[in-house]
Amino acid sequence: MTGGLGVPSRRNALAGTGALALVLLVVAPLMLSDFRLALLGKFICFAIVAVGIGIAWGRGGMLTLGQGVFFGIGGYAMAMHLKLADAELNGGSGVPDFMLLYGDGTVPGWWEPFRSPLFTLLAVVALPALLATALGLAIFKRRIKGAYFAILSQAMVAAFVVLLVGQQQTTGGTNGLNGFRSFFGYSLSDPANRLTLYYLAAGILVAAVALSAALQRSRFGELLVATRDAEERVRFLGYDPALVKTVAFALAAALAGVAGALFVPIVGIISPADIGVVPSIVFIVGVAVGGRAGLFGPVLGAIGVAWAETSLSEAFPSFWSYFQGALLIAVIALLPGGAASLVDRLRERATSPRRGASSPPAAGAAGTPAPAAAASTPADRPAEEVHP
Amino acid sequence: MLHRNRRLIAVPLAVLTGTLALSSCGAKAGETTAGASGAQSCVDTSGDSVKVGFINSLSGTMAISETTVSESLKMAVDEINAAGGVMGKKLDVVAEDGASEPATFAEKAEKLVRQDCVAAVFGGWTSSSRKAMLPVFETNNSLLFYPVQYEGLESSPNIYYTGATTNQQIIPALDWLKEQGKSKIFLVGSDYVFPRTANKIINAYAKANGMTVVGEEYTPLGSTDFTTIANKVASSGADAVFNTLNGDSNVAFFRQYRSLGLSPETMPVVSVSIAEEEVSGVGVENLVGQYTAWDYYQTLDTPANTKFVADFKAAYGADRVTSDPMEAAYTSVYLWKAMVEKAGSFETDAVNEAADGVSFDAPEGTVVVDGDNNHITKTPRIGQVDSTGLINTVWSAPEPVEPDPYLKSYPWAAGIAG
Repeated sequence: MTGGLGVPSRRNALAGTGALALVLLVVAPLMLSDFRLALLGKFICFAIVAVGIGIAWGRGGMLTLGQGVFFGIGGYAMAMHLKLADAELNGGSGVPDFMLLYGDGTVPGWWEPFRSPLFTLLAVVALPALLATALGLAIFKRRIKGAYFAILSQAMVAAFVVLLVGQQQTTGGTNGLNGFRSFFGYSLSDPANRLTLYYLAAGILVAAVALSAALQRSRFGELLVATRDAEERVRFLGYDPALVKTVAFALAAALAGVAGALFVPIVGIISPADIGVVPSIVFIVGVAVGGRAGLFGPVLGAIGVAWAETSLSEAFPSFWSYFQGALLIAVIALLPGGAASLVDRLRERATSPRRGASSPPAAGAAGTPAPAAAASTPADRPAEEVHP
Repeated sequence: MLHRNRRLIAVPLAVLTGTLALSSCGAKAGETTAGASGAQSCVDTSGDSVKVGFINSLSGTMAISETTVSESLKMAVDEINAAGGVMGKKLDVVAEDGASEPATFAEKAEKLVRQDCVAAVFGGWTSSSRKAMLPVFETNNSLLFYPVQYEGLESSPNIYYTGATTNQQIIPALDWLKEQGKSKIFLVGSDYVFPRTANKIINAYAKANGMTVVGEEYTPLGSTDFTTIANKVASSGADAVFNTLNGDSNVAFFRQYRSLGLSPETMPVVSVSIAEEEVSGVGVENLVGQYTAWDYYQTLDTPANTKFVADFKAAYGADRVTSDPMEAAYTSVYLWKAMVEKAGSFETDAVNEAADGVSFDAPEGTVVVDGDNNHITKTPRIGQVDSTGLINTVWSAPEPVEPDPYLKSYPWAAGIAG
């Protein structure tokens, strides 16, 4: 059964992960200038979010339109620690600069724990995961799914942004938090340290992909796909689909939190504009373009879309957004399974031309599989959009 | 299965350990002194041209405003090139889109400075975009010219602020209101850093000058529901409204304000984010007779402005208008040129050395750079919107006002700058 679910063989997964590691950790640092490498570092952060979305949406069927919240929690947690650490540098007052300007010059109580590096690192992973667990249990136990879940997560992002913007004196408002000078004691203006940060992000991405691959081949991974395709059947078999989905959702949230925490020192800023409704949708777009159900589709899609956006906007500053829109429409209309599905399609066409030609059109990228359609799919046949 | 998982995770774990080991190479924070940045300037001034960067939002919510700035920057560069360039070198423009997002501004600024090696960058509008770019220019010891009025409380050796700071816009507007005998002020603003800081200053000013703030309301950027706020304004008994709303919100606010029977005669509104460019967007009928606080209007009668307006219309269309940020952007290019020529060098430290006292006969009048805080002198003016959508000066400061971004010369502002 494992083979039929779009899961690459163990050898392919290892080879793919190895190739990704080789490109990101060896080839890219040799080929790219400092500036381009830092940009790639930023895209890698998006790719880490994408790996999580691949698990929750691609394999769990939960259209997570609210990953900005978890990305933001991780990012702000790290940013708060860096601001506090910077404020203590060179015998400083311990109060971040913007609080002196816009606040009352004292550090609020809920900031204090973030002085501790250990607490911050734990918070980056644990806060998003805990929030997602609480939300997941509340939502999935009530059997809320499909579009309702998507709307709910989107609303959560909008609310989070309003909250951040309104708290100018403690969150920096629309300015967000920026101007970081050090990262756990290391100067951020030193190119050697910036390179280390890149390696750290790339290493974490490779680790995340490996984790996703392991998960995909595990019993839990099979259960997750089964829950996506036929939730009622999974329930009848004695499993609790709500638990399965919550675990996947929490994992995606934790990955987004880690990505946010890496984004902060690499990009040098976190603001409501980086985590709002639009960025949350862009996370999804990358995954949709790359192919959401596969192992490497989300990663390649996230990096590809971000890279295309940057290159197009550099080449055509005044009308690049049209190209970006056209690209998105083209991929969704012509390759509903994402760019990664192109490989599968070609291979399929080569082995059995008839089946490739008659395969039914896949569900739109923004939709989750309709329960009725999924339930009618025989259990031993993959749901169509996993493997069009 | 356990075995498989272990192998899949072992490889990246080894990679992670390896990369962490690398971290011992870099400099510790605090060890390097300020200015000892890793990146060396790569600006190439050996040829017969030199690159400059523009960074404006050409897409996203700010595009409507920032495109105009990009146009007037381009006009200044074209003029300078036609007149022989800067120190005999033609200016080559590299334009980038900030896409109305702070992180994109930071990314593109870094690209301009490190990849394109531009000698100076012009642009930015929102405070968040400036705050996002500031570390990029400080780390690379490069120059940004920022052309928009802002909330003050900042001065960086790597940024020149050619728009008004608060004592060249907000405080003169308050002085004018006081002169008009207005003592009860209602504050309406969008919820972001500029309105919040402006209103903090207004509250301190009011306390020291016997005025009362009878209401203070914020709405999220882009909000268009003003039923409640307009009613609060109407029933507050205020003499005047101080408006720091941005963009579309103004349309909704002024419509609601008029529908309640309020008018400039009974309760004037002083706006600080509505310039000529925005008047048509908000609707002339909504704004006729209302007041604005800026340092430049298209209607100013100076020889430099007559030429500026005529040239702009010739280049971009007779129906186009010029506004304060456009004028400040245009001025910023000429100020940079003057600084470079005084320094005899394109190099940041030399330009900074030369900056103090550099002046330019701008459309708004002669402006002078203050080398202590990198701001410029400006003449505050209160304007009134007329039925053609232009703004006419009704009050003007007797002489240019020295920039004071931290409001050090105002005793009542002691608590504001922290």
